[in-house]
Amino acid sequence: MSGDWPLWEVFVRAKGGLSHRHVGSVHAPDAELALRHARDTYTRRLEGVSLWVVPSAEIVASDPDEAGELFEPAESKIYRHPTFYEIPDEVKHI
Amino acid sequence: MPSLPPIRPEDEAVAAKLRSHGAFDPNAVEHHDPVRRELLLRIGDDALVLGQRVSEWCGHGPVLEVDISLANLALDLIGQATLLLNDAGDGDQLAFHRDVLDFRNCLLVEQPNGDFAQTIARHLLYTTWQHMFLQRLTQSSDQFLRDFAHKAVKEVAYHREIASEWTVRLGDGTEESTRRMVEGLDWNWRFVPELFDVDGSLQSAIDAGLAPDPREFEDEYRSAIAAVLAEAQLEAPADQRPILGGRTGHHSEHLGHLLAVMQFLPRTYPDAVW
Repeated sequence: MSGDWPLWEVFVRAKGGLSHRHVGSVHAPDAELALRHARDTYTRRLEGVSLWVVPSAEIVASDPDEAGELFEPAESKIYRHPTFYEIPDEVKHI
Repeated sequence: MPSLPPIRPEDEAVAAKLRSHGAFDPNAVEHHDPVRRELLLRIGDDALVLGQRVSEWCGHGPVLEVDISLANLALDLIGQATLLLNDAGDGDQLAFHRDVLDFRNCLLVEQPNGDFAQTIARHLLYTTWQHMFLQRLTQSSDQFLRDFAHKAVKEVAYHREIASEWTVRLGDGTEESTRRMVEGLDWNWRFVPELFDVDGSLQSAIDAGLAPDPREFEDEYRSAIAAVLAEAQLEAPADQRPILGGRTGHHSEHLGHLLAVMQFLPRTYPDAVW
Protein backbone atom coordinates (compact mmCIF):
# COMPACT_ATOMS: atom_id res chain seq x y z
CA MET A 1 0.00 0.00 0.00
CA SER A 2 2.66 2.53 1.00
CA GLY A 3 4.74 1.61 -2.03
CA ASP A 4 2.93 4.15 -4.15
CA TRP A 5 2.25 6.78 -1.48
CA PRO A 6 4.27 9.95 -2.06
CA LEU A 7 6.48 11.44 0.64
CA TRP A 8 5.59 14.75 2.26
CA GLU A 9 7.89 17.04 4.27
CA VAL A 10 6.38 18.32 7.53
CA PHE A 11 6.87 21.76 9.10
CA VAL A 12 5.53 22.67 12.54
CA ARG A 13 5.15 26.09 14.17
CA ALA A 14 5.26 26.01 17.95
CA LYS A 15 2.77 27.86 20.13
CA GLY A 16 4.21 31.37 20.40
CA GLY A 17 6.70 30.59 17.66
CA LEU A 18 7.15 32.75 14.61
CA SER A 19 8.15 30.31 11.91
CA HIS A 20 7.53 26.74 10.85
CA ARG A 21 10.44 24.37 11.44
CA HIS A 22 11.11 21.23 9.48
CA VAL A 23 10.51 18.21 11.75
CA GLY A 24 10.44 15.21 9.44
CA SER A 25 8.37 13.50 6.80
CA VAL A 26 5.35 11.23 6.35
CA HIS A 27 3.91 9.07 3.60
CA ALA A 28 0.30 9.66 2.54
CA PRO A 29 -1.80 9.15 -0.56
CA ASP A 30 -3.04 12.76 -0.65
CA ALA A 31 -2.79 16.18 1.00
CA GLU A 32 -5.58 15.84 3.61
CA LEU A 33 -4.28 12.51 4.89
CA ALA A 34 -0.74 13.94 4.83
CA LEU A 35 -1.94 16.61 7.27
CA ARG A 36 -3.62 13.98 9.45
CA HIS A 37 -0.53 11.77 9.49
CA ALA A 38 1.67 14.76 10.25
CA ARG A 39 -0.65 15.78 13.09
CA ASP A 40 -0.65 12.23 14.48
CA THR A 41 3.09 11.75 14.19
CA TYR A 42 4.59 15.16 14.95
CA THR A 43 2.22 16.93 17.32
CA ARG A 44 1.57 14.25 19.93
CA ARG A 45 3.26 16.24 22.66
CA LEU A 46 1.90 19.67 21.78
CA GLU A 47 4.93 20.45 19.66
CA GLY A 48 2.94 22.94 17.64
CA VAL A 49 -0.21 24.76 16.66
CA SER A 50 0.28 25.01 12.92
CA LEU A 51 1.26 22.42 10.36
CA TRP A 52 2.50 22.67 6.79
CA VAL A 53 2.95 19.63 4.55
CA VAL A 54 4.68 19.87 1.20
CA PRO A 55 5.18 17.05 -1.28
CA SER A 56 8.87 16.25 -1.10
CA ALA A 57 9.04 16.24 -4.86
CA GLU A 58 8.08 19.95 -4.89
CA ILE A 59 11.06 20.94 -2.82
CA VAL A 60 13.89 22.39 -4.85
CA ALA A 61 17.13 22.11 -2.92
CA SER A 62 20.53 23.58 -3.50
CA ASP A 63 23.17 21.17 -4.71
CA PRO A 64 25.52 20.28 -1.81
CA ASP A 65 28.43 20.10 -4.28
CA GLU A 66 27.85 23.76 -5.10
CA ALA A 67 27.76 24.80 -1.45
CA GLY A 68 31.20 26.33 -1.67
CA GLU A 69 30.39 28.47 -4.69
CA LEU A 70 27.00 29.53 -3.30
CA PHE A 71 27.78 30.31 0.31
CA GLU A 72 31.47 30.88 0.94
CA PRO A 73 31.54 34.32 -0.70
CA ALA A 74 29.35 35.61 2.16
CA GLU A 75 32.11 34.93 4.65
CA SER A 76 33.97 37.96 6.07
CA LYS A 77 31.79 40.60 4.45
CA ILE A 78 31.11 42.49 7.63
CA TYR A 79 29.73 45.46 5.73
CA ARG A 80 26.62 43.31 5.09
CA HIS A 81 25.84 43.12 8.81
CA PRO A 82 23.77 45.96 10.37
CA THR A 83 25.99 46.28 13.44
CA PHE A 84 27.59 49.73 13.01
CA TYR A 85 24.59 51.86 13.94
CA GLU A 86 24.05 53.16 17.45
CA ILE A 87 20.37 53.38 18.08
CA PRO A 88 19.54 56.43 20.23
CA ASP A 89 17.64 55.72 23.47
CA GLU A 90 14.62 57.68 22.27
CA VAL A 91 13.93 55.20 19.51
CA LYS A 92 15.18 52.07 21.23
CA HIS A 93 12.16 50.03 20.31
CA ILE A 94 12.18 50.95 16.65
CA MET B 1 -26.72 -9.73 66.40
CA PRO B 2 -26.98 -10.30 62.61
CA SER B 3 -23.66 -9.97 60.83
CA LEU B 4 -23.15 -7.21 58.31
CA PRO B 5 -22.65 -8.06 54.62
CA PRO B 6 -19.00 -7.98 53.48
CA ILE B 7 -17.77 -4.59 52.28
CA ARG B 8 -17.76 -4.51 48.49
CA PRO B 9 -14.53 -3.37 46.81
CA GLU B 10 -16.31 -0.55 44.97
CA ASP B 11 -17.61 0.85 48.25
CA GLU B 12 -14.12 0.69 49.74
CA ALA B 13 -12.84 2.68 46.81
CA VAL B 14 -15.56 5.29 47.26
CA ALA B 15 -14.82 5.49 50.98
CA ALA B 16 -11.12 5.96 50.27
CA LYS B 17 -11.88 8.86 47.96
CA LEU B 18 -14.26 10.46 50.44
CA ARG B 19 -11.91 10.42 53.39
CA SER B 20 -10.97 14.03 52.79
CA HIS B 21 -14.57 15.14 52.20
CA GLY B 22 -17.43 15.62 54.62
CA ALA B 23 -20.27 13.13 54.79
CA PHE B 24 -22.78 15.63 53.39
CA ASP B 25 -20.60 16.75 50.47
CA PRO B 26 -22.62 16.58 47.23
CA ASN B 27 -20.02 14.16 45.83
CA ALA B 28 -20.77 11.68 48.59
CA VAL B 29 -24.40 11.51 47.61
CA GLU B 30 -23.72 11.36 43.89
CA HIS B 31 -21.39 8.40 44.15
CA HIS B 32 -24.14 6.25 45.57
CA ASP B 33 -26.51 7.16 42.76
CA PRO B 34 -27.04 3.93 40.80
CA VAL B 35 -28.45 5.72 37.74
CA ARG B 36 -25.39 7.93 37.46
CA ARG B 37 -23.06 5.00 38.06
CA GLU B 38 -24.77 2.97 35.35
CA LEU B 39 -24.34 5.84 32.89
CA LEU B 40 -20.65 6.18 33.73
CA LEU B 41 -20.16 2.43 33.29
CA ARG B 42 -21.91 2.42 29.92
CA ILE B 43 -19.88 5.18 28.32
CA GLY B 44 -16.74 4.22 30.26
CA ASP B 45 -16.94 0.60 29.10
CA ASP B 46 -17.57 1.78 25.51
CA ALA B 47 -14.31 3.73 25.66
CA LEU B 48 -12.41 0.93 27.41
CA VAL B 49 -13.48 -1.86 25.04
CA LEU B 50 -13.07 0.21 21.88
CA GLY B 51 -9.70 1.45 23.14
CA GLN B 52 -8.59 -2.14 23.76
CA ARG B 53 -9.80 -3.19 20.30
CA VAL B 54 -7.97 -0.37 18.50
CA SER B 55 -4.83 -0.97 20.58
CA GLU B 56 -4.74 -4.50 19.11
CA TRP B 57 -3.52 -2.84 15.90
CA CYS B 58 -0.38 -1.51 17.59
CA GLY B 59 2.59 -2.86 15.66
CA HIS B 60 0.29 -4.43 13.04
CA GLY B 61 -0.87 -1.36 11.14
CA PRO B 62 -0.77 -1.52 7.36
CA VAL B 63 1.65 1.45 7.26
CA LEU B 64 3.74 3.14 9.98
CA GLU B 65 1.75 6.38 9.92
CA VAL B 66 -1.55 4.51 10.23
CA ASP B 67 -0.13 2.46 13.09
CA ILE B 68 0.56 5.72 14.92
CA SER B 69 -2.88 7.15 14.07
CA LEU B 70 -4.62 4.06 15.47
CA ALA B 71 -2.43 4.03 18.57
CA ASN B 72 -3.37 7.68 19.22
CA LEU B 73 -7.07 6.79 18.92
CA ALA B 74 -6.61 3.96 21.41
CA LEU B 75 -4.75 6.17 23.88
CA ASP B 76 -7.45 8.85 23.73
CA LEU B 77 -10.15 6.24 24.36
CA ILE B 78 -8.33 4.63 27.26
CA GLY B 79 -7.80 8.10 28.73
CA GLN B 80 -11.55 8.68 28.55
CA ALA B 81 -12.24 5.29 30.12
CA THR B 82 -9.83 6.09 32.96
CA LEU B 83 -11.63 9.33 33.81
CA LEU B 84 -15.10 7.78 33.61
CA LEU B 85 -14.42 4.55 35.47
CA ASN B 86 -12.43 6.30 38.20
CA ASP B 87 -15.46 8.46 38.83
CA ALA B 88 -17.71 5.39 38.99
CA GLY B 89 -15.53 3.68 41.59
CA ASP B 90 -12.07 2.10 41.55
CA GLY B 91 -11.21 2.27 37.86
CA ASP B 92 -8.63 -0.51 37.90
CA GLN B 93 -10.95 -2.80 39.79
CA LEU B 94 -13.75 -2.12 37.34
CA ALA B 95 -11.58 -2.52 34.27
CA PHE B 96 -9.65 -5.63 35.22
CA HIS B 97 -11.78 -7.58 37.65
CA ARG B 98 -15.31 -7.52 36.27
CA ASP B 99 -16.48 -10.38 34.11
CA VAL B 100 -18.48 -10.25 30.89
CA LEU B 101 -21.94 -10.07 32.47
CA ASP B 102 -20.99 -6.91 34.38
CA PHE B 103 -19.71 -4.97 31.39
CA ARG B 104 -22.03 -2.26 30.04
CA ASN B 105 -20.53 -1.42 26.68
CA CYS B 106 -22.62 -1.54 23.51
CA LEU B 107 -22.16 -4.51 21.19
CA LEU B 108 -20.68 -2.39 18.40
CA VAL B 109 -17.41 -1.62 20.17
CA GLU B 110 -16.61 -5.24 21.03
CA GLN B 111 -16.87 -6.43 17.42
CA PRO B 112 -13.59 -7.85 16.15
CA ASN B 113 -11.17 -5.65 14.22
CA GLY B 114 -11.21 -7.80 11.10
CA ASP B 115 -9.25 -6.01 8.40
CA PHE B 116 -8.47 -2.28 8.37
CA ALA B 117 -11.71 -1.50 6.50
CA GLN B 118 -13.82 -3.32 9.09
CA THR B 119 -12.03 -1.44 11.88
CA ILE B 120 -12.69 1.87 10.13
CA ALA B 121 -16.35 0.94 9.56
CA ARG B 122 -16.82 0.19 13.26
CA HIS B 123 -15.05 3.43 14.18
CA LEU B 124 -17.09 5.56 11.79
CA LEU B 125 -20.38 4.18 13.11
CA TYR B 126 -19.42 4.52 16.77
CA THR B 127 -17.54 7.83 16.87
CA THR B 128 -20.13 9.69 14.84
CA TRP B 129 -22.61 8.71 17.55
CA GLN B 130 -20.13 9.37 20.36
CA HIS B 131 -19.35 12.84 19.01
CA MET B 132 -23.02 13.81 18.88
CA PHE B 133 -23.59 12.34 22.34
CA LEU B 134 -20.66 14.24 23.85
CA GLN B 135 -21.67 17.52 22.20
CA ARG B 136 -24.96 17.27 24.08
CA LEU B 137 -23.38 15.89 27.24
CA THR B 138 -21.67 19.30 27.66
CA GLN B 139 -25.13 20.44 28.86
CA SER B 140 -25.43 17.74 31.52
CA SER B 141 -26.77 18.63 34.94
CA ASP B 142 -23.69 16.93 36.38
CA GLN B 143 -20.49 18.97 36.77
CA PHE B 144 -18.12 16.06 36.22
CA LEU B 145 -19.90 14.92 33.05
CA ARG B 146 -19.93 18.47 31.69
CA ASP B 147 -16.20 18.89 32.27
CA PHE B 148 -15.50 15.45 30.84
CA ALA B 149 -17.58 16.15 27.75
CA HIS B 150 -15.87 19.51 27.10
CA LYS B 151 -12.51 17.82 27.04
CA ALA B 152 -13.44 14.63 25.20
CA VAL B 153 -15.54 16.24 22.49
CA LYS B 154 -12.47 17.75 20.83
CA GLU B 155 -10.62 14.42 20.78
CA VAL B 156 -13.65 12.63 19.39
CA ALA B 157 -14.24 15.30 16.72
CA TYR B 158 -10.84 14.31 15.36
CA HIS B 159 -11.61 10.58 15.63
CA ARG B 160 -14.79 11.14 13.67
CA GLU B 161 -12.98 13.07 10.95
CA ILE B 162 -10.23 10.54 10.51
CA ALA B 163 -12.70 7.63 10.38
CA SER B 164 -14.74 9.54 7.79
CA GLU B 165 -11.69 10.33 5.67
CA TRP B 166 -10.55 6.73 5.65
CA THR B 167 -14.06 5.54 4.78
CA VAL B 168 -13.97 7.83 1.75
CA ARG B 169 -10.46 6.72 0.71
CA LEU B 170 -11.34 3.03 0.98
CA GLY B 171 -14.87 3.27 -0.41
CA ASP B 172 -13.82 5.36 -3.37
CA GLY B 173 -10.57 3.47 -3.91
CA THR B 174 -9.73 0.25 -5.69
CA GLU B 175 -12.09 -2.63 -6.31
CA GLU B 176 -10.56 -4.48 -3.40
CA SER B 177 -10.78 -1.58 -0.95
CA THR B 178 -14.40 -0.94 -1.92
CA ARG B 179 -15.31 -4.58 -1.39
CA ARG B 180 -13.62 -4.66 2.03
CA MET B 181 -15.28 -1.39 3.08
CA VAL B 182 -18.70 -2.72 2.06
CA GLU B 183 -18.13 -5.94 4.01
CA GLY B 184 -16.89 -4.02 7.04
CA LEU B 185 -19.98 -1.80 7.10
CA ASP B 186 -22.20 -4.81 6.56
CA TRP B 187 -20.73 -6.56 9.61
CA ASN B 188 -21.21 -3.61 11.97
CA TRP B 189 -24.45 -2.07 10.71
CA ARG B 190 -26.80 -4.28 12.76
CA PHE B 191 -25.24 -2.96 15.99
CA VAL B 192 -26.18 0.66 15.32
CA PRO B 193 -29.80 0.50 16.62
CA GLU B 194 -28.51 -0.34 20.12
CA LEU B 195 -26.89 3.12 20.23
CA PHE B 196 -30.36 4.67 20.08
CA ASP B 197 -32.13 2.24 22.39
CA VAL B 198 -33.40 3.88 25.58
CA ASP B 199 -34.13 1.50 28.46
CA GLY B 200 -35.33 2.27 31.99
CA SER B 201 -31.90 3.15 33.33
CA LEU B 202 -31.02 5.52 30.51
CA GLN B 203 -34.47 7.09 30.68
CA SER B 204 -33.88 7.84 34.37
CA ALA B 205 -30.55 9.43 33.49
CA ILE B 206 -32.25 11.51 30.80
CA ASP B 207 -35.01 12.57 33.19
CA ALA B 208 -32.38 13.67 35.73
CA GLY B 209 -30.68 15.77 33.04
CA LEU B 210 -27.51 13.68 33.31
CA ALA B 211 -27.50 12.35 29.76
CA PRO B 212 -28.93 13.46 26.42
CA ASP B 213 -31.65 11.41 24.73
CA PRO B 214 -29.93 9.75 21.77
CA ARG B 215 -33.21 9.50 19.88
CA GLU B 216 -33.11 13.28 19.52
CA PHE B 217 -30.07 13.08 17.26
CA GLU B 218 -30.87 9.86 15.43
CA ASP B 219 -31.88 11.71 12.27
CA GLU B 220 -28.78 13.88 12.38
CA TYR B 221 -26.70 10.71 12.79
CA ARG B 222 -28.29 8.95 9.84
CA SER B 223 -27.78 12.04 7.65
CA ALA B 224 -24.15 12.35 8.70
CA ILE B 225 -23.43 8.69 7.94
CA ALA B 226 -25.29 8.94 4.64
CA ALA B 227 -23.19 11.97 3.68
CA VAL B 228 -19.91 10.16 4.34
CA LEU B 229 -21.08 7.05 2.46
CA ALA B 230 -22.20 9.18 -0.47
CA GLU B 231 -18.79 10.82 -0.70
CA ALA B 232 -17.26 7.34 -0.50
CA GLN B 233 -19.44 6.20 -3.41
CA LEU B 234 -21.02 3.58 -1.16
CA GLU B 235 -24.60 2.63 -0.49
CA ALA B 236 -25.85 2.29 3.05
CA PRO B 237 -26.19 -1.37 4.00
CA ALA B 238 -29.72 -2.74 4.18
CA ASP B 239 -31.23 -2.41 7.65
CA GLN B 240 -31.11 -5.72 9.47
CA ARG B 241 -32.77 -7.06 12.60
CA PRO B 242 -31.32 -4.91 15.39
CA ILE B 243 -29.27 -6.71 18.01
CA LEU B 244 -29.36 -5.41 21.58
CA GLY B 245 -28.12 -6.59 24.94
CA GLY B 246 -24.70 -5.08 25.58
CA ARG B 247 -26.08 -2.40 27.91
CA THR B 248 -27.46 -5.12 30.22
CA GLY B 249 -24.48 -7.43 30.11
CA HIS B 250 -25.66 -9.76 27.35
CA HIS B 251 -22.64 -9.58 25.14
CA SER B 252 -21.58 -11.27 21.94
CA GLU B 253 -19.08 -14.12 22.05
CA HIS B 254 -16.27 -11.67 21.35
CA LEU B 255 -16.14 -9.81 24.65
CA GLY B 256 -15.04 -12.81 26.69
CA HIS B 257 -11.96 -13.32 24.51
CA LEU B 258 -11.13 -9.62 24.61
CA LEU B 259 -11.31 -9.57 28.41
CA ALA B 260 -9.27 -12.75 28.69
CA VAL B 261 -6.40 -10.93 27.01
CA MET B 262 -6.97 -7.55 28.64
CA GLN B 263 -7.38 -8.87 32.19
CA PHE B 264 -4.89 -11.72 32.12
CA LEU B 265 -1.99 -9.92 33.76
CA PRO B 266 -3.76 -8.20 36.69
CA ARG B 267 -5.73 -11.34 37.45
CA THR B 268 -2.70 -13.62 37.36
CA TYR B 269 -0.48 -11.27 39.37
CA PRO B 270 -2.90 -9.38 41.62
CA ASP B 271 -0.10 -7.79 43.65
CA ALA B 272 1.82 -6.52 40.64
CA VAL B 273 2.60 -2.80 40.61
CA TRP B 274 4.27 -0.59 38.00
